[in-house]
Formats: sequence, C-alpha cells, structure tokens
Amino acid sequence: MSDMSTRERILPGTAPGEDLHLEIVGDGDFATADMSLSIGPAHPATHGVFRIVLAMDGERIVGARPVIGYMHRGFEKLAEYRDYRQIKALVNRHDWLSGFSNELGVALAVERMLEMEVPDRAQWIRMLLAEWNRVLNHLMFIGSYAIELGAITPMFYAFREREDIQHLLESATGGRLHFTYNQVGGLKIDLPKGFLNLSAQTLAVMRKRLPDYYDLVLGNEIFQGRTKGIGPLPPEVALSIGVSGPTLQATGVPEDSRVTEPYLKYGEIDVEVPVGENGDAFDRFSCLLNRIRVSLDIIEQIHDHMPAGPVNQKLPKMVKAPEGATYVRTENPLGQLGYWLESDGGRTPWRLKMRTPSFSNVQAIPFLVEGVLLPDAISILGSVFFVVGDIDR
Amino acid sequence: MMASLTATAGTALAQATSLFDIGDGFVLGLLLKLVFVLAMFFVLPLVGGYVEHKVMGRMQDRRGPVEAGPFGSLQLVADGIKFVQKEDLIPAAADRWVFAIAPGIALVPAMAIFVVIPLSDGVFALDLELGLFYALAIGSISVLGVLMGGWSSANKFSLLGGLRAGAQLIAYELPLILAAITVAVQAGTLSLVGIVEAQATYQVAGTGINLWYVFPQLLGFAIFFTAAMAELSRPPFDMPIGDSELVFGYMTEYTGIKYAMYMLTEYAGMISMSALAVVLYLGGWQLLPGVGLPGCAGAGGLFDCSPLGVALGVVVTLGKIMALVFIMIWTRVAYPRLREDQLQRISWLVLVPLALANLAVVTVAKVVF
Repeated sequence: MSDMSTRERILPGTAPGEDLHLEIVGDGDFATADMSLSIGPAHPATHGVFRIVLAMDGERIVGARPVIGYMHRGFEKLAEYRDYRQIKALVNRHDWLSGFSNELGVALAVERMLEMEVPDRAQWIRMLLAEWNRVLNHLMFIGSYAIELGAITPMFYAFREREDIQHLLESATGGRLHFTYNQVGGLKIDLPKGFLNLSAQTLAVMRKRLPDYYDLVLGNEIFQGRTKGIGPLPPEVALSIGVSGPTLQATGVPEDSRVTEPYLKYGEIDVEVPVGENGDAFDRFSCLLNRIRVSLDIIEQIHDHMPAGPVNQKLPKMVKAPEGATYVRTENPLGQLGYWLESDGGRTPWRLKMRTPSFSNVQAIPFLVEGVLLPDAISILGSVFFVVGDIDR
Repeated sequence: MMASLTATAGTALAQATSLFDIGDGFVLGLLLKLVFVLAMFFVLPLVGGYVEHKVMGRMQDRRGPVEAGPFGSLQLVADGIKFVQKEDLIPAAADRWVFAIAPGIALVPAMAIFVVIPLSDGVFALDLELGLFYALAIGSISVLGVLMGGWSSANKFSLLGGLRAGAQLIAYELPLILAAITVAVQAGTLSLVGIVEAQATYQVAGTGINLWYVFPQLLGFAIFFTAAMAELSRPPFDMPIGDSELVFGYMTEYTGIKYAMYMLTEYAGMISMSALAVVLYLGGWQLLPGVGLPGCAGAGGLFDCSPLGVALGVVVTLGKIMALVFIMIWTRVAYPRLREDQLQRISWLVLVPLALANLAVVTVAKVVF
C-alpha cells in the first residue's frame, strides 16, 4: 500500500498571496488519485460563465458539482424598483435568447392581475412572434451543440437562418435580441405593412432548409455515436428535479404548457408535442429539432387566423396592479418559465419571483454526468440546453 | 514468379539521382537540396492552410479570408507575423526547458519527412533505399513533442490532450504501417521513387492494363488515409485538441511562435501524409494510369524527362496532394468529433484486422501471380 498522504510544493509568486501551491499526491509509485478538473467559468463548452467541478479518475468522471452564480445580476430585486412598463426591458435579458417569450410572461401576469382583456389581434401577434423567437432560440442551440461535439458547420448554417428571422423580427420590433415589444394590454405598435408576407417567405425558406439539419446533424453517424445512449434521464427523476422543455419531453413526458394549460390562443390551434423514448442526448436534440418543425406548423396556422383590429388599449398614466399575487407559466423555448408576481397595490411589484427553465434543467447535470467519460460530459452538458443568464438571473 | 520479383527489386536498388546533384559539387548540391526541402516545408503548408480557409469558407456559406493579399492568399503569412510579435508566455509551474523545446521536437521530424518525398522525376532531395521506412519512422517522432508539451505545461487540460495524442499515435501507427508495408510488398521496394516506378510498370496479371496501387489496394488506401488523419489529429479525430472539451489540448498554454510551430507541424503533416499517399497509391507524378508524361522516356513514361516533363510531373503531384488535402478539409467540415474510446475501438477492432488481412491477401497474390 503506498502512502497517499498529500505533500505540498510552493512556488513563490511575485506578490504576497500569489504563491502557487501544488499538491503532490501519492509517493511517486503507481498510486492513482482522483484529479479535480474545474471546467469553467470560462470554458468553450459552457457558453457563458457556468462552472462545473469534476472529480475525475483518468477520463472517467466520478463526481460533479455545478457552481452557479457567476452571472447573477439581481433581476428579481431590480424588478422591485421598476414599474410595470419598465420590467419588460429587464426580463427579456435573463434568457437573452428568448427575449420575446420572457416579456410575454410578465405581460400576461400583470394583465391577469388587472383582469384586463387583451385585443384578439394582439394575442395572435404575440403568439406569432413567440414562435419565431422559439425557432430563433432552438437554431442557436443546434449550432452550439454541434460545435460542442466538434462539428463546426451547423453553426454557420444556423446563423444564416437566424439572420433571416432576426431581420423579420427587427422589422416589427426594432430589436434583434431584446425586442421590448409587449406591453401591458397588448403590443407597443401594430405590425408593419407586409410583415405577414415576409413572415410567410421566411417560413418557406426555413421549411426548405430544415431537412438539412436532419441530414447533416441528426443523421450523421458520428453524431449518433456520440449521443445515442449518452446521459439517459428517467422520467421520474426528470419530474422530481423539475426539468422541463425539450429535456423533459425527450424522456417521453408530453408536458407543454401550450397544450396542458393553454394561454393566449394556443387552445384554438393544433400544437403537436414531440416526445423522445430514452431521454438521452440524442432524444433531447431530436426533440429540439422537432420543436422547430412544430413551431413552423404553428406559425402557418397563425398566418391563417390573424384577425384585424386594435393591438393595444389605452392605459392609465401609471399602471398599478391591485394588491394580490398570481403565477403565470408559459412554455419558453427552453422549458417552463414561471413568474410569481406579488403586488401591494403600488406602482412596482412587491416581489417578482422567476422560475426559469435553465435553472431547473441544470440541476439534472450532476445526476447525468456521474460515471461517464469527459467527452460524454460535454455532450450531456450541451444537451440539457441552458442559458447561463437564465440560471443565475 | 520469383524472377520478376527479383528483377523489380533489382531495378529499384539502382538509386535514382536527384536533379540537384549537379556535377560533383557536393556543397552546391547540398545547398540546393536544403533550399528545396525548406521551400516545400514552408510553402506547401501555407498553400494547404489557404485552401482550408477558402474551402471551409465556401462550404460554410461565408467567404474566408479576403483582406490580406490577393483573395486573402497572404492571410497565413500575416498570421505568422502576428505570432512572432506575441509575448512568449511560460506558465509559472511549467517545466521550463521541456516546455520550450517541445514544439521544436514536434516540428523538426515534420520537416525531415520532406527529404524523401519525390515530386517528379529527379525532383527530390534524396532517394533512400529505405525511404518509406524513414518517412514513417521519423514522422512518428513528432508525437514526442506533443506529449512533452502536454506534460510540461502543468495544465490538466494539456495533460489530457497530450496523453490522448500518445494513445492515438500508438493505435493508428499500426494500421498505417501495415497498409504501407502492403504497398512495399507489392512494389518489392521501400524506395519511394522505386514505388512510383513499380506502379508505372505494374500491370494487372493476364492483361496489359497498367493500374495504380489504389485499385488493387482500395482497402489499403482507405486504411492508410484514415490512419493518417488520425495520426495528424485532423477532425473527426481531433480529440488531442478537442477545443470544446480540453480548451485546446496540449496547445492550451502555448502562445506566439511556439503555438505557430505546433500549427505548422499539423499542416506540414497534412501535406507530407497526402504526399506519401500519392506516392504509395496514386502513381506519383503519373497523370493517368498507363499514360506517360510528354517529354519523358523510361519506365511507364515517367523517367528520363525533359525539363517540361519534370515541370508537368511536379504540377501533377501537387495537384494530387491538394486533392487529398481537400478531402481532409471536407471531412472536417462535415463530421463531428469521435470519442477517444470509439477511436481506439475503430483502430484495434476494425482497421488493424483489416490491414492484416489486406497484407495477407496481397502477399499471397504477389507470390501466386
């Protein structure tokens, strides 16, 4: 039995406190010890400042501890000092890839507390833009997941598509990421002339190009070899952790608030919920791709339904939600986004609690990466689809 | 047919002379060869890199470099100048000497390979009797530099990258060498010029049809090319670098000119491995099987060339090398990265048995026909 006690070698640094402490483990014989590998906060695979500390035996992971909070910006507290019109410019920033869907949740919460009827046209437009936003978000993850597996090309294709969609959304909202287009009681302004035409064109282009992703990424032998059977998540574990969105649907649970608890006009159209079988990385990714396809179908239905009429209503000079509380959940691109809004009758919320999908989804990571190889950990990390800003808020 | 075997071997043993051996000016010839090898080593990887930039750009719906030089062709030169200006950082905990010499140890063998690579009749520095052996042996020294760099960086990502590179080399050296040996068996010589000559005169038994070795040995060529890509850590076999897993593998801590040396090693490797594949399987500087070059006499119309024939030969060889480089780039664009254990499995369970079977079949066929 070799001596496993730890010795230390100190390399003096240039300033006090900068000395470098090196741990020497074992006695130099062939004793092995676990290596602790800190991935992040700045690491190419964590797309943001997410950090995960892995205990490794060679390339095999024996334990994982996610460290979050590097990007905490205090949105919940900030929201308590903004009035109901200003909050939307805050919330479209915590998950910067789903700006429109975020502001939609807050608008719905305030409207519910005010018991306000939103004009039909505004609701349909909100759905249209929310679905485009979903496609925009999913394209980003298709590109970045492929990059994490070492395929560089899908990223460029995804960004080509994103550019078209961003151009479309910009024409209506003036923004490319942070749209700030919702407001309490409807939308800021009506759609510009010709928007629906442009939207239909973009839809046709997207439908033409979507099969490329199925061929280039999902059908790729190496991609399948890297993702099939990797990080399977059983449905009961997923539900107990609170995982949602494509990550939950991949486990075979057809949960989607657009169907189970329809908001806006989702009750009036068909929404298909794609599900997986094994809950592995491959299923998670194929759910993501299928969700794009479903969103495109929804967009087509919205085009057919779009009514005429006003898009907002006259608001008082100061919007004040009555005393009380409400919880609104919407199906955000990455999963279920919930806003708990509590008001004391003043002009700002007394409390705005955010239940963000990324925060819940990353809780599954320690369960998923235990016992896998390092490359598989990257494959898993990318396949639970999170935005770091959405974890830390 | 032992007679024909000895005959082929006999002709190959007569060493071809290099164009650079002018008269008996030993020093002049040496200088010319040195310039030739260095020119190949520094120019061809730059061309390969430029092709990679442009081809990848076009395949990915973008334009690639456009600013530096005509059509961005000097982009890599500009990159090189930038690397020279960068600060040379050595991590505090690094093993300084090992860290400093590691890129050199990777680079020099990559350069030394070019000594035996023939571009055309007489256009080579040296026609070694053991040319193929030399090329394969010296090429695998490079990994030592990679391992040293990974170990001495005192960085866990570098260490993992270096170890992966070592494991990868051991796994893929075997199929690579087995595939190459099969060619040597068929050609009856280890001299690279001799192999080109043997290919130019090789005829399918019973017919008069001249073929390159890629046709009877398609399997061997596939094994050789796959193993070469793995040995060079080209995607989809780039786990030693694995930028989304290991940050940048063994190169993580390297900056400036040392980093550039590693990169140059990779691109030089792309060229030299493609050149070896061209010589072993694709008939060297022969334009098409059975077609000699204008202005050339000798075996298969490839030797004793006029200056025009020599120049055409160089063009043909470079064209074939770039075609293979193009395939490497195409693979990089189309495929994700394999996992380390999948890579090992492919090597030991698929490539090595196939290469052994290939060797056995070709050896038997050689004796029978």
